[in-house]
Amino acid sequence: MRPMPGKTLYDKIWDAHFVADQDGESIFYIDLHLIHEVTTPQAFAGLRAAKRPVRRPDRTLAVADHNVPTEGQGLGVAAVSDDEARLQLQTLERNVKDYGIEFFPMGDVRNGIVHVVGPEQGRTQPGMTIVCGDSHTSTHGAFGALAQGIGTSEVEHVLATQTLRQKKSKNFRVTIDGEPIPGVGAKDYALAVIGAIGTAGGTGSVIEYAGSAVRALSMEGRMTLCNLTIEAGARAGLVAPDETTFEYLKGRPAAPKGGAWEMALPYWKTFFSDDDAVWDRELHIDASKIAPLVTWGTSPEDVVAVDGVVPSPEAFESPDKRAAVTKALAYMGLEPGQPIADAKVDVVFIGSCTNSRIEDLRAAAKIAEGRQVAAGVRAMVVPGSGLVREQAEDEGLDQIFLAAGFEWREPGCSMCLGMNPDKAPPGQRVASTSNRNFEGRQGPGARTHLMSPVMAAAAAIAGHIADVRAFL
Amino acid sequence: MQAFTRLDAKAAPLPQANIDTDQIIPAQFLKTVEREGLGRGLFFAMRFDAQGNERPDFVLNRPEYKGAGVLVAGDNFGCGSSREHAPWALMDFGIRCVISTSFADIFYNNCFQNGLLPVVLKADEVQALMEEAKGGNHVASIDLEAQTVVAPSGRTFTFEIDAQRKAKMLQGLDAIGETLRAAPDIDVYEMRQALAKPWLEEA
Ligand code: SF4
Repeated sequence: MRPMPGKTLYDKIWDAHFVADQDGESIFYIDLHLIHEVTTPQAFAGLRAAKRPVRRPDRTLAVADHNVPTEGQGLGVAAVSDDEARLQLQTLERNVKDYGIEFFPMGDVRNGIVHVVGPEQGRTQPGMTIVCGDSHTSTHGAFGALAQGIGTSEVEHVLATQTLRQKKSKNFRVTIDGEPIPGVGAKDYALAVIGAIGTAGGTGSVIEYAGSAVRALSMEGRMTLCNLTIEAGARAGLVAPDETTFEYLKGRPAAPKGGAWEMALPYWKTFFSDDDAVWDRELHIDASKIAPLVTWGTSPEDVVAVDGVVPSPEAFESPDKRAAVTKALAYMGLEPGQPIADAKVDVVFIGSCTNSRIEDLRAAAKIAEGRQVAAGVRAMVVPGSGLVREQAEDEGLDQIFLAAGFEWREPGCSMCLGMNPDKAPPGQRVASTSNRNFEGRQGPGARTHLMSPVMAAAAAIAGHIADVRAFL
Repeated sequence: MQAFTRLDAKAAPLPQANIDTDQIIPAQFLKTVEREGLGRGLFFAMRFDAQGNERPDFVLNRPEYKGAGVLVAGDNFGCGSSREHAPWALMDFGIRCVISTSFADIFYNNCFQNGLLPVVLKADEVQALMEEAKGGNHVASIDLEAQTVVAPSGRTFTFEIDAQRKAKMLQGLDAIGETLRAAPDIDVYEMRQALAKPWLEEA
């Protein structure tokens, strides 16, 4: 008899959460359900209409992030000027109260972007299954948790049953090895992966990141990498937990303590891919060959090295892609062949669940320190949570940013999506640390270039897209 | 969920790849607590100009496609944000079926929660259907039971679909109700886990 092949990390998490098979679909258990104001009102309305309770309010955590203004949060929800946003925030308040769900309201120091708050509180732990009505739930995969974005009907399903119905995805391993050049980090790795496989490249798969360059990343870096996995079309991203993970978790409010920690640790350590696990697909990337990257178009796969040029539509084989590139260049106001670093920026946004953690802010502050934001550029820094903001202020980062001419704002999704008051005006060019450069994403007509926090800070100083290597 | 059995409707061609859910329904329309009414924001930037006037050349604004029930679109339809507002907006507008070569995972899943049928056909088939939809006769027939799309010319394509998803959609079954039939299994699972991972119970 041939021995059974080994299991991947994903296989192990799947097996550990399998509840039952029903008519050919698997019902599997969800350990943690994160919720926010935008994708839940209709789910709670559905529960009410069917007179169903929330099965595990204790496994549910709510924040207010997408709709909140990033100033004046202390004035409370009643002071939110947008009627619809206010109603949505109030609806969440009522729902969490009615169903007994823990909630960090706007203005609470623990509140912030849902994917910053979960890990920061220690709610996100290795080997867990995590869902949230938000595609960037993939972020939590950095802890070796299977974390997936779901729609509102599934939010209702999880509230009612604490389970999800699903079929298994494929196993895709991305190995990133080698020593990166200075100025290159997790954001560049992620853009390199998306550039290599395209925005549909990961469809139907769960991607596990492995390799020495991934191991060397901090938890913040791993979260950035997993966060952007959804932009490669994959269901989730994963990094196997290790000492870096445990070190990050230790002492967090919801992390196990004392004897419980001693019990949890050996359990967590079982979550890694076996050497003889079978992969449906593999990709290798050499970190030392990656230059600081930026996007030039309206899809996260439209990636170019900062010292490169805007491509021409003719460079692409498929007629569809050629048409898409022509359309993207017109939208972005760029010419084929122009050096990407020539593009002048109007707005710089350092924030979002991709890059608003303390390490991101420290890195950006290093570039900003002692320099000035270029004339005519609006540069804003939006910490991912109240706690990140507090820590940054303890370290004096706010003063560095303010002295350099950046705005220092209150936590939230902010200019990552054109939903709350932070929008970029039509036609303006934004150097952004967020995750989507779709048409209109940061405001109707706004032009987004995705890049790392250090690259965004460099762009703010230079007034155009700039190579961070000149600022190190 | 609304059941889907068979649909005869105009098919509108949207020959563009990677149509993301921000394009299907931009963020400013997500500030609602209702499922209904989102059709007004569907493809907002494509349908309307900056002054809020209909763009006459956008396919769904053209008189011959008014009342379209089928959308034929480019690769990787529905990528990006997980917002279920995208299928809600399509349905509210009257679209009951989207045909493409591929769909993003979360969007695809969301369609099945709502009775919006995503049909995957091969590239040359989508292309053929797209060309026909651009022509004078636009009415296509989609039969979920038979797993067929009949193009305006009568040319018939068959598509693959997961058997469980198909069965649920044909009947319009409520997924929560189905899962709750397994409530005893969930109870047992929780009891076992509470013993194995007690630290999660203290959170
Ligand atoms: S920061 Fe952006 S991507 Fe992240 S949760 Fe908020 S809106 Fe979504």
